[in-house]
Amino acid sequence: MAEPLLSAEGLTKAYGGVRACAEVELALAPGELRAVIGPNGAGKTTLTGLLAGELRPDAGRIRFAGREIQGLDAAARARAGIGRSYQITSLFPRFTALENARLAVQVASGHSFGFRRAAARDRRLAARAEALLGEVGLEARAAVPVGDLAHGEQRQLEIALALAGRPRLLLLDEPTAGMAPEESRAMVALLQRLRGGVTILLVEHDMDAVFALADRITVLVGGRVLATDRPDAIRANAEVQAAYLGQDGGDGAETAPC
Amino acid sequence: MARLAREHGAGLLLGLAFALWPALAAALGLEWSLELAARILIYALAAGALNLVLGYGGLVSFGHAAFFGAGAYVVAILAYHDMVLGPVAIAGLEIPGTSDAWIAFPLAVLVAGLLALVIGALSLRTNGLYFIMITLAFAQMIYYLFVSLPDYGGEDGLSLFARSSLRPLELDDNLAFYYLCLGLLALLLAAKALVVRARFGWALMGIRDNERRMTALGLPTFRYKLAAFVLSGAVTGLAGALIANLTEFVSPAFLSWPVSGELLVMVILGGIGRLYGPLYGATALLLLEFALKEWSEHWQLALGPILILVVLFARGGLAGLRRPRGAGHG
Repeated sequence: MAEPLLSAEGLTKAYGGVRACAEVELALAPGELRAVIGPNGAGKTTLTGLLAGELRPDAGRIRFAGREIQGLDAAARARAGIGRSYQITSLFPRFTALENARLAVQVASGHSFGFRRAAARDRRLAARAEALLGEVGLEARAAVPVGDLAHGEQRQLEIALALAGRPRLLLLDEPTAGMAPEESRAMVALLQRLRGGVTILLVEHDMDAVFALADRITVLVGGRVLATDRPDAIRANAEVQAAYLGQDGGDGAETAPC
Repeated sequence: MARLAREHGAGLLLGLAFALWPALAAALGLEWSLELAARILIYALAAGALNLVLGYGGLVSFGHAAFFGAGAYVVAILAYHDMVLGPVAIAGLEIPGTSDAWIAFPLAVLVAGLLALVIGALSLRTNGLYFIMITLAFAQMIYYLFVSLPDYGGEDGLSLFARSSLRPLELDDNLAFYYLCLGLLALLLAAKALVVRARFGWALMGIRDNERRMTALGLPTFRYKLAAFVLSGAVTGLAGALIANLTEFVSPAFLSWPVSGELLVMVILGGIGRLYGPLYGATALLLLEFALKEWSEHWQLALGPILILVVLFARGGLAGLRRPRGAGHG
């Protein structure tokens, strides 16, 4: 395979005596959609936090687009081209959908030390924000305050914010969390449209979504990588079945953080 | 036009009332009230500066007295060297004092801004309660520093012999001084109205509402919070320079925590994150104080319950009475 866009080596993070991530190895090819699955407590959210820079690893190295990034903080990694969404919806609830998108575009477009010109009158910001809402199917809801959006729409807006910086890598932490089946299908369709254009690391409990979308799947158990392979091979893997799929795979009913 | 009236109507009306008050007061024989009105304008300026970090940045600073007092002391100390002590020799350079506002006011702004830079750089590494406590601690340090400086009056403070001179304006003329306060307040309110709608204001509001998300979007939030803190401290220093001129007296009381608390109350009472909130809050609080003092020496006993009622029943403060559900950028 070509030089990976993202690779992690020996990534380790412990809380007290518990190793949430233990020597995790990961390599994402450009354009790949990689799903990360595992039972609760497997270290999936910790892994996302380590890659996004919100958590500091105890050990290990992360390379992104040809350079080491473990020394960069979360903001610098975002500017380097890593966008992320959160398992628990993380938006600006007082503002409208368009204002949320515009704020994300503003941050992505460079510095925010503008003191005179009203941001709301900046045509370029507005145009790009509207395009973003269009990409996730929210253009008709632009003027609605985020607090009044349906849960599924808020999750779509999460994706729009993550896309604002035209990232090369998207870290999506359970984008279908808490969604009704209908909303879940819309989210899968949205991710289908995005795939290929951007490399995606998808942490997900909804196995239908995982097997519909993933090029490859990494299975985490107890903070360790149990297996990384194509979806059909993962499905057939006896170890994986014993550790995970056998006991609580399937319907995406889990929403608790891991 | 309708939008302008809706957003600015009450604030501009109150501003107009302040602009016309001297004429009205003269007609009614209430010239003494100019001092109270000027005090309101000065506190509104300081509370408005606090509102930038508190209302838009979500940073509860309990130490703004440090910047207020620093501004006041810069003016007083310069005047004291000018009139009494004579020049200071620092590293072989003779530095004279001055009573010239053209020098003293910008210096007050500069010193308060630098102080905010230092205090902010250290305290903005904390959040929430810790931030409140550490800003309070820094302000108290400055307070005790000035209490223990006998050269500058110590606990007793310093008197100014005259107001600063702001040629061609004569600040010893109460009317000129009053309009200077009103003009500076109007200017800085207008500047703030621009800033909070511009990219900087949106970045601040984003940090206030969801700092983690702003970071994940790529914003180095620390430097924006620090910039807001420095701007806020600098303008509070200007208010301090004005209060020293109003009272022609400074003491460590300007640096003490009750001043920080009063400024917080003004912002909360008037409406957090509302452009005219601090003006409403300063007007209401100082008028209330004045009226209650006339009524009883135990006026604070009545002030407390009134403040509690306002906070309980007018959640958006006085500015929220007209537009209860504010988007936070009005």
